[in-house]
Formats: sequence, C-alpha cells, structure tokens
Amino acid sequence: MLSERTAFLVFSAIALIGAANVVTRKNPVHAALWLVGSFLGVAGLFLTLGAGLLGAIQVMVYAGAIMVLFLFVILLLNLDVTEGDGLSFARGASFLAAIATLALVALPFAQSRELRAAATPDHAAPDASAGNVADLLFTRYALPFEVVSLLLLIAMVGAIHLARRPRRDESV
Amino acid sequence: MTMLATLLTATPLVATSLAATPLGGALLAATPPSDATAPLWLTLIKVFTVFGITMTLVPMLVLAERRVSAWMQYRVGPNRVGPGGSLQPLADLVKMLFKEELRPDGVPPFIFTAAPAIAAICALSMMAVVPFGGTLEVGGRSIPMVVADTDIGVLVVLALSSIGVYGITLGGWASNSKYSLLGGLRSSAQMISYELSLGISLLGVLVVSGNFESGSFRLSDVIEYQATTGIWNALRLPLGFVLFTIAAFAETNRLPFDLPEAEPELVGGYHTEYSSMRFGLFFLGEYAAMVAGSSVIVCLFLGGWHCPWLTTEVTVGWTGALLQMSVFLAKVLAFLFFFIHVRWTLPRLRYDQLMTLGWKWMLPLSLLNLLWAGAHAALGWF
Repeated sequence: MLSERTAFLVFSAIALIGAANVVTRKNPVHAALWLVGSFLGVAGLFLTLGAGLLGAIQVMVYAGAIMVLFLFVILLLNLDVTEGDGLSFARGASFLAAIATLALVALPFAQSRELRAAATPDHAAPDASAGNVADLLFTRYALPFEVVSLLLLIAMVGAIHLARRPRRDESV
Repeated sequence: MTMLATLLTATPLVATSLAATPLGGALLAATPPSDATAPLWLTLIKVFTVFGITMTLVPMLVLAERRVSAWMQYRVGPNRVGPGGSLQPLADLVKMLFKEELRPDGVPPFIFTAAPAIAAICALSMMAVVPFGGTLEVGGRSIPMVVADTDIGVLVVLALSSIGVYGITLGGWASNSKYSLLGGLRSSAQMISYELSLGISLLGVLVVSGNFESGSFRLSDVIEYQATTGIWNALRLPLGFVLFTIAAFAETNRLPFDLPEAEPELVGGYHTEYSSMRFGLFFLGEYAAMVAGSSVIVCLFLGGWHCPWLTTEVTVGWTGALLQMSVFLAKVLAFLFFFIHVRWTLPRLRYDQLMTLGWKWMLPLSLLNLLWAGAHAALGWF
C-alpha cells in the first residue's frame, strides 16, 4: 500500500510539473492538457487528505467540465502555436505577478506555526463528507460563498458583454 | 512486425486499465468504510471477477448488436463463424490484431496513441464502484461485493465519465483530419450539455434515498434503501429515470446521440483515422461504457441486486451471493438489450435538435425532478 508521504510527493509532483508546463508549452492544446494533469494531481492531494468529496468534485468540475469547455473553444478557434517574441512585457509582468503570488502564499506559512501544522494529513478536517461541507457552506461560510457566486456572476456578465456583437445602430 | 507492435501497444494498455482499477480502489480506500480495509488478495479477486465479466460482456454485446439489428431489419446477420455466429467477435478480434496499424502524417504520436486508451480505461474503471451484490457473510468476514467500497461511489462514476470525453475529443484532434476534428468537437459540446442533466437527475436519487443525511454517495446505500423499502427508485422518480437514461445514452455516444461519429456526414467521426487495435480500444471503450452505464442505471433506479421475491432471509451465504449477482446481471443484460433496441429504432438527432433537447428541455426538467424529489423526501411519501 502507498504510504501517505509517497502519495503526497507523487501527487504534488504531478500538480507542479503540470502547472509549470501549462505556462511554458507553446501549443495551446498541450498547455490545456497539462492543466488537466495538474488538476488531477490536486485531486489526488485531496484524496490523500481524506477529502474524497473534494477530490471527486475537483475532477468532475475542473478536469471534466471546465477544461473540456476550454479545449472545445481552443479547438473551435483553431488556435495556432503562439510565437515566443513580442510578448516580452507581458512575460516580465507575469513573472513579477508569479513572485508576488508566491510571496503572498508563502509568508503566512513562514510566520505561523499553526498553519504549517494544519497542512499535514493528521490535522485534516475530521469528516469532509457532503453533509459537513454543506453545513459549513450554508452556515459559517455563507457570506463568502455568496460573495464568490456574485463574483462569478460579474465575470460572466463581463464576458458576455465583451463577446457580444455590437448592435447595428451602435458603434463599437 | 506490425502485429508485434500492435500487441505491444495493446497489451500494456489493457494491463494498465486492469492495474488502474485496483490502484484506484487502493487510493479510494483512503476513506475506508466502518470495518477494516479489505486485504489485497480479496480486492484482486474482486477486480478479476468484475474485469472478467465486463470483458466477456463486451464481445457478447457486439455480437448481440449485430444479430439483433439483423433480426430487427429482417436480415440474418453474422451466422457463419461458430454455432449461430457465436465466435464472430473472436474472429473480429483476430482481424483487428492482424490489421495494419496506420498513422496519418503530422499527428502528435503520444496523444494519438493515448486517446483510445483513455476512452477504454475510463469506461472500464467505472465498474470498480458498481456493487454487483449485497454483503457476503462468509468465514467470519463480511465482504461488500464491490471492488472499491468508497464514500464517493457515484461521484467517481461521474468523474470518470467526464474524463472519458478526453479520449474522444483528443482522438479527434490528434488525427489531423477535419472529419475527426468535427467529431471530437461535437463530442465535447455534447458532453457538456448532457452532463448537467445527468448530474442533476442523479441528485434527485440521492435526495430521495436519504444519502445526504448519511453523507455517503455509495451506490450500495442507494440499493439498500430500495431493497428495505421494496420500492425501486424508478417508481419514485419516473421523470428522473427517463432523464438519466436519455443523458446516459448521450454520454455513451449511442444513437440517437451518436453525432460524434455520424457516418453519413463525418465518415467515421473521431475514429476515422484509427485502424487495427487502436480502433479496437475505442470500440471496447464504447461497449464497456454501455455496460457501466446500464449497471449504474440498474443500481440507481431499478433496485440493483434487489428482487421482490428474494428477501434478505433467502439470500445468505454463497448461494445468496450468486442469486444476487444473477439478478443484477439479468437486469443489466435486459437494459443492454434496451440500449441496442433503441439504436436500431430511432433516427439520429440533428445537431440543433440535440442542443435544444439538452438545454431547453432536459435541464429545466431535471430541475423539476429535483424539486419533486425534495417534496418527496420532505413530505415522506412512499
């Protein structure tokens, strides 16, 4: 039987290698597939933490539904391999953003002993079953939950606005 | 030489799908049930049983499809190889193994090879969470008759079916052919449209069977509920049963939803460029998905191994287990016959009809079904 530590290392490696390849592949289809791999790695991490529900939902929603949609759009638009040059500004900016995000995530972990302890399987949520998740989602975390759905709604309205065809009597 | 190469590609793929099931089972056992985790040899026996039965059902199904279609169209069908044509699938397999393996120019080799394997592995692994019987009490041990007795059983089925789409989509994309690409595109659009209805009509079953109160998504719990109350969920949720069945047809790419491989317009759709055993794996995946889909429908709506005249007092020990397995198998076979019957009865939908049906009819109706299920559970009907 796999030990928890080995499983953790294997799945983290899958998630990280996948993520690194998403941003370095030039072919968009390959990048999308690496992202699927990364999601599967994260789902494996959830499973090793004993959160089977989250793991299954990760596969169903992210790897199974959202990425199929991504892939559909990539194939439909028939995107070609992107050229490496001409994006130097964007590349520098994204590098800075990556470092900032990393710092943002790493700092609390470096400062707080409690957070570091919480990341081990022994301290995982005692019962990550559907009932418990639902209870937390609709009581303690009701407000953040609603705010996140609102955020998604705003993003959706924005995307529809950007993508819609301009009306005939209206200039772009 | 070619045959050797074919065997070399085919053998590890089949072996992987075999290995994927116990590995998946071992991983899923991270959330073990109340009793102690089953020993490895027991899991292996169960894996070989389920894998063996599924792999036996697939060629039987291929033959049945050809004979039933012939029968429905007033033809004879394949009847030359073996008594009554019973060895025809074997002949087909030999033909597939010996055929030349073609690969078009300019295809990405890894994805082109991996696509049929993904389709086949996902379909075969689904059987890991399907309970083919109740609990077998033998030798002081209570053995749940399912490969991976995990809390998230139904979700695993949904997750695997949504991953299985990649096999078809990528096969279409990697073939470097416009017909295949169109087939792959259609399949991904179709899956997204019907997965929602599939998931929501499934929620209705879980609400009615009280799964949310116990927080388990085990298929065996759904069957247990139907067995103790003696009423199958198809009677409680007739609308959900119909919706789930239609969505399952769409998810397995069966007619009237086989637009990804629509022969008249797309040659062969996503598998146009595939030949020999790689095509065989797509074929295997489709039929294994049919077996898995029927099994899940039987578990969710038709009582699984439960039979009105076989009460739990009768079904004890080995004979009981065998009886339950036979009941389950009989139901699955009956449903598979229905799958075949529908294929040779209904014409294919047009693409816009497919989307209209999925989004404008199935989705609202599945929400209605969820509402019905909620009322059912809250008011405590039968």
